[in-house]
Amino acid sequence: MPRLCALCATQRPILKRPKTGQQICKTCFFHVFETEVHNTIVEAQLFQPGDRVAIGASGGKDSTVLAHVMKTLNDRYNYGLELFLLSIDEGITGYRDDSLETVKQNQKEYNLPLKILSYNELYGWTMDSIVEAVGRKNNCTFCGVFRRQALDRGAAMLGVDHIVTGHNADDVAETVLMNIMRGDIARLGRCTAICTKGEDTIKRSKPFKYTYEKEIVMYAYFKHLTYFSTECIYSPDAYRGHARSFLKLLEAARPSAIIDIIYSGEACEVSEEATKELKERKTCKRCGYMSSNDLCKACTLLEGLERGMASAGITDRGRKQLEASGPAPDGLRTIPFFQMNAQSPSQSAPDDGRDSAPPMPAVVGVEAG
Amino acid sequence: KVEFGGGLELLFDNQRSHKLTLPARVPLDNSTSSPPSSPPSPQNNEYEGETKPVDVAYLVHWLRHHLLKERAELFMEGDTVRPGILVLINDTDWELEGEGEYVIKNGDEVVFISTLHGG
Repeated sequence: MPRLCALCATQRPILKRPKTGQQICKTCFFHVFETEVHNTIVEAQLFQPGDRVAIGASGGKDSTVLAHVMKTLNDRYNYGLELFLLSIDEGITGYRDDSLETVKQNQKEYNLPLKILSYNELYGWTMDSIVEAVGRKNNCTFCGVFRRQALDRGAAMLGVDHIVTGHNADDVAETVLMNIMRGDIARLGRCTAICTKGEDTIKRSKPFKYTYEKEIVMYAYFKHLTYFSTECIYSPDAYRGHARSFLKLLEAARPSAIIDIIYSGEACEVSEEATKELKERKTCKRCGYMSSNDLCKACTLLEGLERGMASAGITDRGRKQLEASGPAPDGLRTIPFFQMNAQSPSQSAPDDGRDSAPPMPAVVGVEAG
Repeated sequence: KVEFGGGLELLFDNQRSHKLTLPARVPLDNSTSSPPSSPPSPQNNEYEGETKPVDVAYLVHWLRHHLLKERAELFMEGDTVRPGILVLINDTDWELEGEGEYVIKNGDEVVFISTLHGG
């Protein structure tokens, strides 16, 4: 007696869903995959008709599938969105230059406008040159901080209201674990938010927050979507690797662990005592981007690089060293001033109600490695 | 026929697609010391000792010993594929087919896809 799909009972199942354990056929898989993302979007009320939305596109599996699904859902359910592809070139030879080719291919396949912004043009440093100066241990911090700002600036240049990224359930669960392991309470309270919005930054959401990485790969495989798949050459040394290995073992033993960890993270409320220690949000004195301190993280990191004290933004010793050597000399390369409202014609008026969530400093834990 | 995706092909000489011939019966302990001769005769039991019908678990060991060019730890962990690598047998999730215990038939296609890279 041949097995039949648990949902439609007409076709042979091809996949066992980690989330539910159901055995489903190809057609049903496409349907539940796409519909669950649609439900996530609708329940979180992520978009309004007429929104201009930039899809953070790296050419990798998550962003390629995201571009495909966003386009499909936008057409199917009439979200009324104007979609763009936004790509950041960190300057990692052999990794990023190849994956950008895939993004260009995606652009043709989905017929969406594409913007590429590079670290080099924005900061004057490529990741390769940063790794030369900093080494392989803390380089991911630079990349995450710089990329976050770069995405915001690119989005401001495009005049979009919203950025969506391909972070999936595995990513969010890894971040929860990482923040617990590092005692980063500030980030722990924020990292499970599906949509983050600051006063001076563009709204950013993760439609794949509850989508398993395994299903994204299967979806891409069965739909024959082309994507670029190589590990960043610097990633083997990243801290996230520990969380990822651990998570994969958990998933093998109990597949629902990923969603459960996200749920635990969402349920975590930061105690009042801990909240008092959180820093208030200001704007960077140098470049205008949002910051917890006088200088935003990106400017601090860049100053460290430019002055030859690369660990300035990272370790306490580096920071003291920077402070001890006096103020920054004139003529040091800085990041151009960031003005969000000036460039985006469709930017709506600032939020009228204050968020009840605690203030959100510059870097949300997901990008930092 | 075996295919690699998601970056795994880099461990296998950058070749995505491979055609293999394996004996119908293989050692129970997955030892792959002697490469299979082809074509294996149906009457001839090539291996001494306990044998089992050739299954995916054996295939994985065979790949590691005979085709894998570098960094075995990226493909296998312990006795099975590394967590994070998806296996499809004839376009079906191997979890539905009994994973390593699935007995390989003539003409079967096995696909290994890694999910362990940036998105």
